Amino acid sequence: MPRPGVRSRCGRLHKHRELIPAVLVVVAFIVGSMQSRFFLDSRYLLDSSTLYAEAGLLALGMTLVIISGNIDLSVASTLALVAVVSANLLDAGWGLPAVVVAALALGALLGCINGCLVAYAGIPSFMVTVGTLALYRGVAQAMLGAESVKMPSELIGIDMKYVPGTVVPVSLAGLIVIATVCGLVLNRSVLGHWVRAVGTNEKASFYSGVPTAGVKVAVFAIAGMLAGLAALHIDSRLGVARFDHARGLEVDVITAVVLGGTSIFGGKGSVLGTMLALLLIALIRTGMGVANVKAEYQLAVIGSLLVITVVATNLGERLASRGRVKMRTQK
Amino acid sequence: MKAHWIGLLALACVFGCAPKEEANTSPGTPSDTGKKLSVVYIPKNTGNPYFNDVNRGFEEACKEVGADFTTVGPASAEATSQIPIIKEQIQRGVDVIAISANSKDALNPVLDQAKAKGIVVITVDSDLTDNESHRDACTIPTDFSKIGEGQVALLGKLIGNEGEIAILSATTDATNQNAWIEKMKEELKKPEFSKMKLVEIVYGDDEPQKSTTECEALLTKHPNLRGIISPTTVGVAAAAQVLEQRGVYAGGPKAVGKGVELTGLGTPDQMRRFVESGVVKAFQLWAPYNEGFLAAYIGTQMKQGKLKPAAGMEIDVPKLGKRTFTEKLELVGSPLVTFDKKNIGEYHF
Repeated sequence: MPRPGVRSRCGRLHKHRELIPAVLVVVAFIVGSMQSRFFLDSRYLLDSSTLYAEAGLLALGMTLVIISGNIDLSVASTLALVAVVSANLLDAGWGLPAVVVAALALGALLGCINGCLVAYAGIPSFMVTVGTLALYRGVAQAMLGAESVKMPSELIGIDMKYVPGTVVPVSLAGLIVIATVCGLVLNRSVLGHWVRAVGTNEKASFYSGVPTAGVKVAVFAIAGMLAGLAALHIDSRLGVARFDHARGLEVDVITAVVLGGTSIFGGKGSVLGTMLALLLIALIRTGMGVANVKAEYQLAVIGSLLVITVVATNLGERLASRGRVKMRTQK
Repeated sequence: MKAHWIGLLALACVFGCAPKEEANTSPGTPSDTGKKLSVVYIPKNTGNPYFNDVNRGFEEACKEVGADFTTVGPASAEATSQIPIIKEQIQRGVDVIAISANSKDALNPVLDQAKAKGIVVITVDSDLTDNESHRDACTIPTDFSKIGEGQVALLGKLIGNEGEIAILSATTDATNQNAWIEKMKEELKKPEFSKMKLVEIVYGDDEPQKSTTECEALLTKHPNLRGIISPTTVGVAAAAQVLEQRGVYAGGPKAVGKGVELTGLGTPDQMRRFVESGVVKAFQLWAPYNEGFLAAYIGTQMKQGKLKPAAGMEIDVPKLGKRTFTEKLELVGSPLVTFDKKNIGEYHF
């Protein structure tokens, strides 16, 4: 049900939602440098960022999907399928530009399939994408089995290329540019406005003339296309394509989006929050990793971080809206 | 609003409580770490007893040569989970990276980075098959071509080289299993084994349930069966369970004639209770400890420039003896080890 003054409240909460990851990033920097003398090395930190490029691209798409009130569990499987197909195309002698176009198109197509099933068949996105999570990776596995396709040597190592004259990896610069575009789409474009509207209250936006079905297909297609781009990145970074690329990465991606303050119920969230949360996760992992902290502890810290953040955000919201009857509009 | 700050405070505590650096480094005097070589071992994943035994080998070899040793592993054995760890170890400036690779090719670029920094890269137990140029050397568990021979000889000893025998294998298309079975058949042609008759080969697909069913069928079909070889850890444990339940093992309450002797390839932890109760007299595997010991030894030697591996080169390893590099620069960790009541207490993996 639409609430009075919902827009202004959202606006205020946004700031605070990003504040949590932003402050934590600072804390992570301080703690990280206290933990190990190897941590605070800008060159190393920049190089390590390339490990998170794929998660970043997927998280951007996921932010839009979640703000629209949906979820896409199939992003990592989409990545794997596109990674396998594009490596096969390269192997078959296709040129790089054609493969890039094909990868983005295939990613968008796989996203469209998700979107259409959600928008037109009316199946909840969770169920649709649990299915395609298995389906897309299954097709990738059927194509390659346990084999791997080697990338041509000149296309290996995009993560080790730098923006000319700087120590900034191309992967990181690219991610920032794409994140900026996504942020602009979300905050300045009609589509972005519609995405938030659908996520806040789908019925109300439908009756006020928002093409809700089209919006849903669009967010899934964007998520798929970004997964296609991430697929090319991972192929180049690892030098091989395999069906098990990025297996389980959807969990990290959803973690980043939620940690970044995007509401899992839709309507609220920001690209900046997601990117800050991803930076936070990368800093924590890198910091603890380079300090030789055991993997089990790393998982525990990231897990507690997520739980505490979600609790703090919800508690904060509850306090902020004290005295009002609060109703979540959930589909 | 207050809640946010409470949350932040709580988070800062979580960070603050996180274990500090060197929490799991083997003790060493920090003052002279500058001079000491540092060796890191990256297992496939943490909490796997097999790699704990490899670790012990590393620890003792590093003590022997006076190097610092650390082990860090990923939480899961997923193909790319070791990549961040390798990057971190490069940043830490270690001298030797030993790794049980989770992928035969996805680690190539990052291992090349390590090698470019002058780090010696040794694969342990799990190699970069067909991508050997991305590491400097490898230690392998055992000489796999001798497994068939060793298993037949062991069973022969148990049954006095006489009687009907069967093989319980993994899947029909498992390359290593089939190679070992071929060797076993060849071995059985030798005159000393002429009275041992291979009556059937069955496949348990490395699934406990299927292995159990297949083993039960074997016992029913061949009432005079004297011996079973199961060269797979799943199969041998399942077969031991069947012999125990039916009581048909040699010396068991329901043994027909002299009873059935079982042997195969198993891990001491899985087989311990069967050996202690007498269901299984002896089985074999290799010593993961040796792989770690060898890797640490050759890694530090290579870093110091005292060793340059070459195909066919023989080296003398303290405590282990002579080892020869294969064509692919592999070193064999150990011959097959036979575990029985007397020595099983010494092994924990």
